[in-house]
Amino acid sequence: MAQLKSPLKMKSGLSKWREDLEPQVRELRFTIYLLRQSPLVVAGFILMFAFVSMAIFAPWITPYGPEERIWEAKLQPPSSQHFFGTDESGGDIFSRIIWASQLDLAIAVIVVATAMAIGSVMGAVSGFLGGKIDEVMMRITDIFLAFPALILAMTIAAALGRNLTNLTIALIIVWWPAYARLIRGQVLSEREKLYVEAARAVGAPTRRIIFRHVLPNSIYPLLINATLDLGGVILTAAGLSFIGFGAGAGIAEWGRMIADGRNYLFQSPWMATFPGLAILLSALAMNLVGDGLRDVLDPRLRR
Amino acid sequence: MPDILMSIRNLRTYFYTYAGVVKALDGVDLEIYKGETLGLVGETGCGKSVTALSIMQLVPNPPGRIVSGQILLEGEDLLKKSEEEMRKIRGAKISMVFQDPMTYINPVLTIGDQISEVILLHQDLRKEVLAMKIEDLRRKLEKVEPTSGSARDFNSKIEELEKKMNDPPKPSKSDVKKAALKKTIETLKLVRMPYPERVVKQYPHELSGGMRQRAMIAMALSCGPSLLIADEATTALDVTVQAQILQLLNELKREIGASILIITHDLGIVAEMCDRVGVMYAGVIVEYTGTKALFRKPLHPYTQGLLRSIPKLHKEMERLEIIPGSVPNLIYPPPGCRFHPRCLYIMEMCKKERPPMFEPEEGHYVACYLYGQRGN
Amino acid sequence: MREAFPMKMKDYIIRRLLLLIPVLIGISMVTFTLSHMIGDPVAAYLPGGAVERIREQQIQQIIKAHHLDEPIYMQYWYYVNDIMHGDWGVSRSDHDRPVVVSIQNYFPATFELTSVAIVVSLLMGIPIGIVSATKKDKPVDHATRLFSLTGISIPIFWFALLLQYLFFYQFKINKLPYLPLEGRVDDFVMIFHPLRTVTGFYILDSIITGNWPVLISSVSHIVLPGFALAYATLALITRMMRSSMLEVLRQDYITLAKSKGLSERVVIYKHALKNAMIPTVTVTGLAFGGLLAGAVLTETVFAWPGIGRWATGAILTDDIGAIMGFTLLIAVVYVLANLIVDLIYAALDPRIKLG
Repeated sequence: MAQLKSPLKMKSGLSKWREDLEPQVRELRFTIYLLRQSPLVVAGFILMFAFVSMAIFAPWITPYGPEERIWEAKLQPPSSQHFFGTDESGGDIFSRIIWASQLDLAIAVIVVATAMAIGSVMGAVSGFLGGKIDEVMMRITDIFLAFPALILAMTIAAALGRNLTNLTIALIIVWWPAYARLIRGQVLSEREKLYVEAARAVGAPTRRIIFRHVLPNSIYPLLINATLDLGGVILTAAGLSFIGFGAGAGIAEWGRMIADGRNYLFQSPWMATFPGLAILLSALAMNLVGDGLRDVLDPRLRR
Repeated sequence: MPDILMSIRNLRTYFYTYAGVVKALDGVDLEIYKGETLGLVGETGCGKSVTALSIMQLVPNPPGRIVSGQILLEGEDLLKKSEEEMRKIRGAKISMVFQDPMTYINPVLTIGDQISEVILLHQDLRKEVLAMKIEDLRRKLEKVEPTSGSARDFNSKIEELEKKMNDPPKPSKSDVKKAALKKTIETLKLVRMPYPERVVKQYPHELSGGMRQRAMIAMALSCGPSLLIADEATTALDVTVQAQILQLLNELKREIGASILIITHDLGIVAEMCDRVGVMYAGVIVEYTGTKALFRKPLHPYTQGLLRSIPKLHKEMERLEIIPGSVPNLIYPPPGCRFHPRCLYIMEMCKKERPPMFEPEEGHYVACYLYGQRGN
Repeated sequence: MREAFPMKMKDYIIRRLLLLIPVLIGISMVTFTLSHMIGDPVAAYLPGGAVERIREQQIQQIIKAHHLDEPIYMQYWYYVNDIMHGDWGVSRSDHDRPVVVSIQNYFPATFELTSVAIVVSLLMGIPIGIVSATKKDKPVDHATRLFSLTGISIPIFWFALLLQYLFFYQFKINKLPYLPLEGRVDDFVMIFHPLRTVTGFYILDSIITGNWPVLISSVSHIVLPGFALAYATLALITRMMRSSMLEVLRQDYITLAKSKGLSERVVIYKHALKNAMIPTVTVTGLAFGGLLAGAVLTETVFAWPGIGRWATGAILTDDIGAIMGFTLLIAVVYVLANLIVDLIYAALDPRIKLG
């Protein structure tokens, strides 16, 4: 029989890929429109953008370097030369806060990204394979989730040694189980859905089903959790540094700076105040954005 | 001329959404007679449920609003009443039964509680409490020697209480609750609920779909309303259960003498249950008459299309009939007659002005220029 | 109506407690593993950490006595055995007291603090959440949302410092009545009015024994740390209550309730509230973990003599016994708290099948 020319010519490569994504692009535009509606969410995005820029452009916008000390000018209140005052060794607090943003934001991003990556893979595998593997995975996550985050991180950080790298590792270990649970839940519910059965019926291999179908549908809750967790990690990391588990003395890190400022709380309150404000505002930004995303991506509220 | 219970005149209910103003009801006129079953039939989205919510004034306030019109119940305009006055009417004079008994009954409260609360709210149970007490005493009386001292005691107490029947004393809270419970069980018996004494203590998820719907009907009937609105009351049920519920409603109507407004998209239910019927399309009533007349001689092109599209088992058919086109956008409805883009008999006038209700035969109303001109 | 403690509920509790065992085993494995990574196992058993002046013989003695030369799984067995017999080791950082004694000393303080925090959070959070939901998008709602957003974004330790600065320092130098800086009670007051211990909770005990000076002192001492600890949880509960209330008010059964002619009040408090409480209770259980973590930070700032502060000191000084004991304790408490939450959940929602 002669080869029939199909009226729908199979498009190749890039244009097909673009076509596949078109409905998602439209959804994205709608999402952005909805996000613009709420002033709180917009404020969150602006704040987030501000902090990220602050971290990236730190070398250009800080009047002083991170290690700069001017011993004569120690413990000075805020002034035109030192916007947020100086600390007990003459370091400019304003600059140090900006330098610290590099550290804290980097930790947050690294922790969340890594935890998300590890957790997603573990969760997807566990959910898809089911059976004994799934059971074991669930028990493991149960055990990790039996400890409050700060306390587990504290213990792990102590076991590994008290420095920033180990702090980051500890936080990753603490945070991945939640993602594993999340993705596993998503996989389990998506698995039951008809389109997966349809894909199987056409003969699609498991890996393809996970990557092309299940994961894209799980992006929303993942994104929301990731954003909210950025705030959570910032708070936890700062808390741990405050007690003495992360940044060593002298390092420009928000939690550490507050710990230093505590010793001079009454006579030089600016030392502790401004780093705390930085933590508050950055966590607030993450929460605002995360909240906004959650409200907007709720399928029932989208008409 | 039968007595009119409720008269709806030119009711307009709009929804103010970000996409535009949805004119869900755009001039609805209806009359419900005392003791009759009126059907309101139409496709999904034509405004039937909105009509029911508007009567109860339960239209969700942002974004909906009753913009104009009158709803006269025994002469009084409900739309002019305060919220407090409406609350006295809801559940007592007018009550509603909704579509899905799973989602419309509160899952964390018992059935008995949800029926009793209506009774406790709207009814003054003083007489019932007194009657209960007298009943109690009488039962005790039966157990003793008729000539004994206790018998004389009981008798005198009964006499005392009976004297107070015309102005009973204020009962205690627990007595009132007991009386309400008694009435609740009576109401459950009225809706033919099996094992009512057990059901009052159960939660909705412990009952079957049909039993839940009976419970909802019990809630609606517990205070003897004049009008019962059934909004797609059987849509979520199995066909056999549906038949039982419809039969129940018919019997109840006779027993308690209420009017029923049946809202449905199912013409079969209309044929089975209704005395008269109104056909709704895109927020207005297009035809309105007795059920037999509607089925025997549908006048409005839309009604004709509806009846034609029902597959007929007794005839051979090659394909299913449809009404061409689709339901209009209620934000930008078509000018003139709302049905004109899909009508087979369209005339120039139909595109310009909305046709008023004509009465080509007695008691049979149609909003269509085929049956008259403006000014007739 | 259901009986207070039906048979099914008792079975359910027993079954849940049994299911706890594998989790507890897992937790003990984790604590065991972690403690072996911290510092030198031998050093843990040296009094006062006298690592230098020690003789080979003493080292051998310690190794033999604590089975440190046996394989890991044997050590784990001894560990579990000891725990079951109440020997949780010794806390070097706490004057070499047995860990269980340290826990007995410090736990009531933390429990008192966290209890106050939970009570405050629930008592304030639930009503505020309801109001926020019923007056959605009005100024009250916006103010509440900002308040609770701040609550979940603020670093507890910084907030604690802020409270100290304001209510102790600023009030003091401005000649206003000020709240205490730190500690659980004024030591002088305790000396002159010794407190008879009944429950271990100063506030309860002082009420029971009619010891008013101690009562006043302990209440004034718990205000600032209690509020610092409560803020985040309060914010969480308010948010959860608001969102679940909004969710519930959208439900069909609310429309039915209104169609019966019930007043706004009855609809909200009878029909909506019970349903809305269910997710809130769940969140409270989860928030409990946050409370424990927050207790660590709060106790540090306010020098509150609780297990959080003890644990921090222990970790900073490599006090292995204390670390293991503390971690085990926290995990057990947390797991129990979640069990209680599940029970309350089952009591609230008749749909939960206990079978």
